[in-house]
Amino acid sequence: MYKEHSTSSGLSAFSTTLKRDLLVAFKRRNDLLNPLMFFFIVVSLFPIGITPDREDLAEIAVGVLWVCALLASLLSLDNLYRSDYEDGSLELLIMSPHSLYFMVLAKILSHWLVSGVPLVLLSPILGYMLALPPEAYFTMIITLILGTPILSLLGSIGVALTVSLGSRGLILAMIILPMSVPVLIAGTLAVGQAVDGNPVGGHLAIMGALLAMAISLAPLASAAALRITIN
Amino acid sequence: MLSARQLFCERDDRLLFESLNFDLEEGQVLQVKGSNGSGKTTLLRILCGLNDNYRGEIDWFGRPIQHQRDEFYGSLLYLGHRVGVNMVLSPMENLRWACNLQSPTSDQQIVEALERLDLRGFEDSPCHNLSAGQKQRVSLARLLISPARLWVLDEPFTTLDVYGVAVLEDLLAEHVTRGGSIVVTTHHALSVKTGIQYLNLDDQ
Repeated sequence: MYKEHSTSSGLSAFSTTLKRDLLVAFKRRNDLLNPLMFFFIVVSLFPIGITPDREDLAEIAVGVLWVCALLASLLSLDNLYRSDYEDGSLELLIMSPHSLYFMVLAKILSHWLVSGVPLVLLSPILGYMLALPPEAYFTMIITLILGTPILSLLGSIGVALTVSLGSRGLILAMIILPMSVPVLIAGTLAVGQAVDGNPVGGHLAIMGALLAMAISLAPLASAAALRITIN
Repeated sequence: MLSARQLFCERDDRLLFESLNFDLEEGQVLQVKGSNGSGKTTLLRILCGLNDNYRGEIDWFGRPIQHQRDEFYGSLLYLGHRVGVNMVLSPMENLRWACNLQSPTSDQQIVEALERLDLRGFEDSPCHNLSAGQKQRVSLARLLISPARLWVLDEPFTTLDVYGVAVLEDLLAEHVTRGGSIVVTTHHALSVKTGIQYLNLDDQ
């Protein structure tokens, strides 16, 4: 009879996948810098291109920050599954004796930590460049903390669907951008309310609800898409 | 323990196999043969649940694999054409992830496995510096560590040198002696002779 063995626990599989992805991201840190540089450069072009007038800039600041954050997160998405698809690691992940939901969640969490969190950290500097009113900073950071993980989660579905295609840039944007619009609306509205001095609780609650929904559904959809992709 | 009933698969309107049956018991080897494009890789991926474009039934200890995916994957080790080795990570880091996904693995086990496959000294160099054969050996190291009782190996001998082939032959023999089972596609004549079955897809 073959020797019995212990299967690793779901939690340790989650953490080993998270650690591995963070390690890969660290070793490819140049790839991570590109979306951040894009975010920084595009935002800093607005005061030059439109107007250096502080009042006019304050008007568009929130929208510019959010749109650029959305595009920057789109740029960084390709790293999520492509190399795993190409080198066969994706098959290992799918054939692990654990729920693919949590494995995918670990990959998305790692992606958010290396692409979403730096955007959040960079945003106050860019807010200052765009003359964002001081009372709106706190709300802007909170909306980005709630919003960037939603972008990673939604992006994961799009990447999982398109990872086996040759040229996927545009189709990826076509899939993800429409899904991201509610986040964009809630995020900009919340910060707009904060600029006007109104309460923002309602908008933040909507973003929280969107995040909860994305966390529960997006990994399921990504997992199903990945199974189809490797078929 | 693994049995297939009435497997049917076609790809691009071309029949790959139909009415394919086999039973694989403990300590047995199933060598799948066939010319290029005869569907060997497709069959192996179907057995692993990676491809579901087929009809028929695959049972693991009498129950369909789709109904017990986690248990089945806990006892399965698949080595495909794509070796599952990330190029920027070192062999050590790759194996730490790949093995811990399936069962708790210590660094000591990984070091010993790499040593047996003659990769001592390469533990910490990035895998893009390794040759194709060495990458293949990194993925073969999983055979030494994994507790899986069913191995599904797709052309495991292709890029190996004489020494690598000898080590792999030994590993296969040890696994069979322990009561494990193997499904393998290769054109190589295996030295394991006991309990071997042949399946030729050209006849299907």
